[in-house]
Amino acid sequence: MHQLTIAEIIRGLRDKQFSSVEITRHLLDRIQQLDGNYNSFITVTEELALAQATAADERLARGEAPPLCGVPIAHKDIFCTSGVRTSCGSKMLDNFVPPYDATVVENFNRAGAVTLGKTNMDEFAMGSSNETSYYGPVKNPWDTDCVPGGSSGGSAAAVAAQLAPGTTATDTGGSIRQPAALTNTTGLKPTYGRVSRWGMIAFASSLDQAGPIARNAEDAAYMLSVMAGHDAKDSTSLNRPLQDYTLNLNDSIAGLKIGVPKEYFGEGLNADTAARVQDALQEFEKLGAELVEVSLPHTGLAVPAYYVIAPAEASANLSRFDGVRYGHRCEDPQDLRDLYMRSRGEGFGDEVQRRILVGTYALSAGYYDAYYNKAQQVRRLIKQDFVQAFDKVDVIMGPTSPSPAFALGAKSADPVAMYLEDIYTIATNLAGLPGMSLPCGLVNNMPVGLQIIGNYLDEARMLNVAHQYQQVTDWHQQYAGSASAA
Amino acid sequence: MEWEIVIGLEVHVQLATKSKLFSGASTQFGAAPNTQACAIDLAMPGTLPVPNEEAFRFAAMFGLAMNAEIGRRSVFERKNYFYPDLPKGYQTTQLAEPIVGPGEIEIHLEDGSSKTVRLHHAHLEEDAGKSLHEDFHGMSGIDLNRAGTPLIEIVSEPDMRSAAEAVAYLKKIHSIVTYLGISDGDMSQGSMRCDANVSVRLKGEEKLGTRTELKNINSFRFVERAIKVEAERQIDILEDGGSIVQETRLYDADKNETRSMRSKEVANDYRYFPCPDLLPVVLTDDYVEKLRTELPELPDAKAARFRDEYKLSAYDADLLTQERASADYFETAAKKSGEAKLAANWMTGELAALLNREELSIEQSPVSAEQLAGLILRIKDNTISSKIAKQVFDAMAKGEGDADQVIEKRGLKQVSDTGAIEKMVDDVIAANAAQVENYRSADEAKRPKMMGFFVGQIMKASKGQGNPQLINKILKEKLDALL
Repeated sequence: MHQLTIAEIIRGLRDKQFSSVEITRHLLDRIQQLDGNYNSFITVTEELALAQATAADERLARGEAPPLCGVPIAHKDIFCTSGVRTSCGSKMLDNFVPPYDATVVENFNRAGAVTLGKTNMDEFAMGSSNETSYYGPVKNPWDTDCVPGGSSGGSAAAVAAQLAPGTTATDTGGSIRQPAALTNTTGLKPTYGRVSRWGMIAFASSLDQAGPIARNAEDAAYMLSVMAGHDAKDSTSLNRPLQDYTLNLNDSIAGLKIGVPKEYFGEGLNADTAARVQDALQEFEKLGAELVEVSLPHTGLAVPAYYVIAPAEASANLSRFDGVRYGHRCEDPQDLRDLYMRSRGEGFGDEVQRRILVGTYALSAGYYDAYYNKAQQVRRLIKQDFVQAFDKVDVIMGPTSPSPAFALGAKSADPVAMYLEDIYTIATNLAGLPGMSLPCGLVNNMPVGLQIIGNYLDEARMLNVAHQYQQVTDWHQQYAGSASAA
Repeated sequence: MEWEIVIGLEVHVQLATKSKLFSGASTQFGAAPNTQACAIDLAMPGTLPVPNEEAFRFAAMFGLAMNAEIGRRSVFERKNYFYPDLPKGYQTTQLAEPIVGPGEIEIHLEDGSSKTVRLHHAHLEEDAGKSLHEDFHGMSGIDLNRAGTPLIEIVSEPDMRSAAEAVAYLKKIHSIVTYLGISDGDMSQGSMRCDANVSVRLKGEEKLGTRTELKNINSFRFVERAIKVEAERQIDILEDGGSIVQETRLYDADKNETRSMRSKEVANDYRYFPCPDLLPVVLTDDYVEKLRTELPELPDAKAARFRDEYKLSAYDADLLTQERASADYFETAAKKSGEAKLAANWMTGELAALLNREELSIEQSPVSAEQLAGLILRIKDNTISSKIAKQVFDAMAKGEGDADQVIEKRGLKQVSDTGAIEKMVDDVIAANAAQVENYRSADEAKRPKMMGFFVGQIMKASKGQGNPQLINKILKEKLDALL
């Protein structure tokens, strides 16, 4: 039952092959039995899940089922859930129980989905390996000695280990796509503004975007149809009508123009990863698509620009965690300064503190122009690169990540090596473009991801392209050995 | 040595929107602590700001009233600093692209002169909460009801040259915001707060001296006194060969002195950057032009109309239009009585004295505009003399009713009965034979002046209620008959 996709669960529930309570119970048991190996959940909401499943079964029986009625999912622990602890992977919020739901959570609740729990993540979404979580690292179900990627490592691992058919996630510089690539799942980061950020704990506001991680493009389309939409509570939310992303999945992609950026196949890319991505591109040619070489000349500047802008925004976004109103407060503060210093020093881990310091520095008087302003200029150039490329092509493809999953601890002492994990994904966040990752092969039995970058609000086409690929390949159907053994 | 004081003001005005700048919580003053702070105001994780359209409208109205450029595009920035009453750890404010650009206004001084003060800019920002240091036994309490209340910060150029000019400017700002209805302007509740940048230089010198910033001087009177005392302090230092330290100083009203705030709190790098949660707001030309046509009549225009329509002096017109409430009071009294000049005189005279004495605002006046008009009507139709009118006014102020009721109850009606007056005239002539003799033997030219004595005696006999015109007429007839 845990092998079912969301589309299959929807059909199974409607055809009364099983009930929502049955599949929910099954997945809860599975989490209980197996998640000790992966640590993909921070909180399992058993009671809530069973109550929601019972309510969903009643609605299904009455025949008034909304789109995802009774389908179990899990939310990244960055989304506020009313009455359920929302930690953001941090000691700072270990005791934080929000009195409100994130819009994404509200949308899934309204669609009838069942919440299995909250998934593990890098602390405040800062990391590419899920090793910065206060709740311990997440292990890659394909090899538990390896990282699952980050920051949405828990969301990706939960899907890869078949603990949940789909999960919500967020992506600030690659945090949906890179873990999806490393765990053989399908993840999509929508156009900036397509999904509301209300109730999603901010890392870097101008870059953060929520999206789904699922087993395949069709399931991602089901989830995105529920997640996306305008929200008056988020001023940066795009005012576009709701869309059913499942409608165009079966369109032909003959004649599709695929841009292949030469900068994405240069130094630093693992040769085997490159080979799997080239295989995938050939598969698209067989489907009638045309490959066009394009250039994104400012690609090399994306990581440095990102590591100015994202920490700068984070340094302000994380100022609210001061021990005054909620969250961690140090014992017995001597005065205000002591309260701030110790509450924040104890509540935040090393990577979060590092980024706060970097961001504070970049915004300081005398450095602002050299760092923050310059980075914003670079951001505009990067956006321009994409705008020019999309004059010639419909989508852009390349690797999601330079190499397959690395060993736990391999990069944790070298922040720059860790930052380069996101070299192919960061530019789309800076440009606000949608990007997705889908399985395209294995290297030494570890997954490789193909990245599809779309034009603004072109998620339907991206999902169509990915779905067509998944009709003629079965990489996405291969499951982690350790998971399928169970 | 002759010194010149140079003053620039930063005035914070709380906008009278129903809800906060970025949340739906109420802005009502005086609620129990933290009952008007929602998740956004508390900066709970994941919450996001949504701008209040009304605040933009109010700010743009202010800009139009200041003859200022309206920032067609305005951008919110984050001003970063830690303080317990600042929940997000940054204040959302505007810096590089404020909603109101340069402008200017005319201020009116008590000597009747006017002066133009330039506006540097005005920007929208959110207020902080309040830290309460009493009642918590070595701890501080935080009330976030005020957090997120919309403010406009109005920054002048250093164009004022005396404490009196600073007060006149502040009064003008107060008058504009209350005319526009965008703030209640109540300084005692903090709806309007003022910081003053003060420096001194030798007269004729072009370079500005080192300035100090006086914080939170929250009444017109304190603004005047704080600036005076700070300028004196600076002059004393300079005359003794010292130099001024650029710093923030607090005014202590009890001791009438300014003192340095701890320097630790001064050296802040606020690390401003554009707020990524808020998009630039663009006001279209149509929007701004429509607002312009909807602006109410402003103080200067009203003063001009009062001079023109009611033939008031420039001084009276300025005085009466300073506050919208007094202008409204005047227009009501003038229209209902048909005697604008008298209404103005009563307002600047007896009424002003009464309100001053009782420390009341015009809105709290115990004598309403309708009541004052009623009094003026009785003067006009000779029911009472101006002298008796003052008695009636005092009685009205004590709540004894309208003019007619007071006149009736106290029997203050003017005596215009010819017979009664003839009798009083006869009695006075009979009782003052010597003065009558003097009158008779005096030069023709001196006689009118000598009549004053008899008029005084007769008025006294009538307890002030005799009709003066009638007394004069009958007296003259009777005295002339004796010639």
